[in-house]
Amino acid sequence: MRKKYFRRGHVSIWTYVIVIAIGVVMMYPIIWMFFATFKTNAEIFGSVKLLPEKFSLQSYIDGWNVNGRITYAAFFANSFKLTLITTFLTVAACAIVAYGFARFKFPCKKILFGILITTMMLPDSILLIPKYSLYHSMNLLDSYAPFYLQAGLACYPFFVFMLIQFIRGLPRELDESAYIDGCSEIGVFVRILAPLMKPALFSAGLFQFMWTYNDYTNVLIYVNSVKKYTLSLALRLSLDAESVIQWNKVMAMSFLSLIPLIILFFAAQKYFVEGIATSGLKG
Amino acid sequence: MKRKLKRKQFIGLIFILPWLAGLIILQLYPFLTSFYYSLTEYNIMSSPAFIGFQNYIKLFTTDREFWNSLKVTTIYTIFTVPGKLIVALLVALVMNKNMKGINLIRTVYYLPSLFGGSIAVAILWKLMFQDQGIINSLLAVFHIPPVQWLGSTKLALPTVILLNLWQFGSAFVMFLAALKNVPMDLYEAADIDGASGITKFFKITLPQISSIIFFNVIMQTITALQSFTGPMIITGGGPLKSTYVLGLKLYTEAFSYYKMGYACAVSWVIFIMIAVITSLLFRFSSMVVYYEDGGDF
Repeated sequence: MRKKYFRRGHVSIWTYVIVIAIGVVMMYPIIWMFFATFKTNAEIFGSVKLLPEKFSLQSYIDGWNVNGRITYAAFFANSFKLTLITTFLTVAACAIVAYGFARFKFPCKKILFGILITTMMLPDSILLIPKYSLYHSMNLLDSYAPFYLQAGLACYPFFVFMLIQFIRGLPRELDESAYIDGCSEIGVFVRILAPLMKPALFSAGLFQFMWTYNDYTNVLIYVNSVKKYTLSLALRLSLDAESVIQWNKVMAMSFLSLIPLIILFFAAQKYFVEGIATSGLKG
Repeated sequence: MKRKLKRKQFIGLIFILPWLAGLIILQLYPFLTSFYYSLTEYNIMSSPAFIGFQNYIKLFTTDREFWNSLKVTTIYTIFTVPGKLIVALLVALVMNKNMKGINLIRTVYYLPSLFGGSIAVAILWKLMFQDQGIINSLLAVFHIPPVQWLGSTKLALPTVILLNLWQFGSAFVMFLAALKNVPMDLYEAADIDGASGITKFFKITLPQISSIIFFNVIMQTITALQSFTGPMIITGGGPLKSTYVLGLKLYTEAFSYYKMGYACAVSWVIFIMIAVITSLLFRFSSMVVYYEDGGDF
């Protein structure tokens, strides 16, 4: 085993002080946000007190009911529907494509792989308007179909590349012995490789979940009707809805919208950290 | 045997077919049409009318808003990309020791990046930096007069940049992992030669993690040049267009004024900027980035 640099030396008390001080500063906005959800609108402004006068759930109740017809339950349901289906399709499609690239020879493979790498750097903004126009002509606007289409067609070169690299790390002998046992190509993928790819699939899924759940630009462009709004659009709407912004309500709903991410992160921290550290996925 | 090989080739193509279809329909075709649209007048409803390079000419000669957006985007990128990476690197260096509770600290530092592009956090930022917001209240404790963060043309952009800097977590996690992979023997050899800490940093640490730094610079630059959500939510591009980044300009031209052709011309300017900067970075990187395997794929 190689010795590593970080094992050397003791850590001075000052290092801890600095690291913890920065940590407190970084966490402060989130902590403040949490307590602000229990405050009145007047209390949020002009006071440095972190804790509210009294813990009232009123802003959650008021915020949840947007108007007589729609509540945040609908927006949560929409966000989950969009995010879960998109994530599932992305992971499935990218894994199959990665399997094709990693394990099979076909004409123009080198060129196609080169194109895959290049598209990683292709900015989304340049495709925005033609894609909008395309979905417009296909009658797919104001639905989640653009997201599903993009996911199902593996238009996430980053994930494909990451999964290719992962499969390359798995020994080919596993495939060979499965073929001898009479397994088909699909069988090898489903029975042999997919189970071994779990950590990589999980990492890709987590990041796709996070990005889709947080996405604002695309839903803003593709989705129009309020009953199909995701949390991002609903929160944006809450800023415009009233002439005076009811910040406590907005904060309460904003905080609620972060909770699924927090739960996911703590449940799957290992995959997050490994995903970033090993493949360069960014948050 | 030959037939079996043919079959194998065929099956490989079947597996990559979804991606190939996606590449053609959702990447290549839009990429080419985007350029075509940029040479037209187009409002989605009627078919595009070819007008040559007029959109570009208008953009560069008469549209003062565009020059402003170009300036704002450049400032935004110049401050966010190096700023974020320097902070991430410094923090990673400080923490690259045998610290107790490192996992907890790493989590705390990563959390803001987890919420990253979310609207919730942009709204939080907007609230905190209101004239009577918590930031000014905290300043008052130290007898500092209130500052107009979002209302002044000078400070609105730095406030938006600050939100981005707050999210240095993912670069930090990558750097920390890279630092832990630097072989100890290099430092031991340097110690024998009597190298100082600073020499070791510049001659060993930095070259060893240069490829991961380079990767981050490229990816963060591409993201920064297209930024949209933060400025849109926090300031809406104001005051007096002082945070009106190219991404916002693109969106407004396309979806408020329905000038799709003109907006495509804006997107091509963003694309050219990205292409020029990345190719310059790649050229520069061959001089400074160190690869263990010589850099071959």
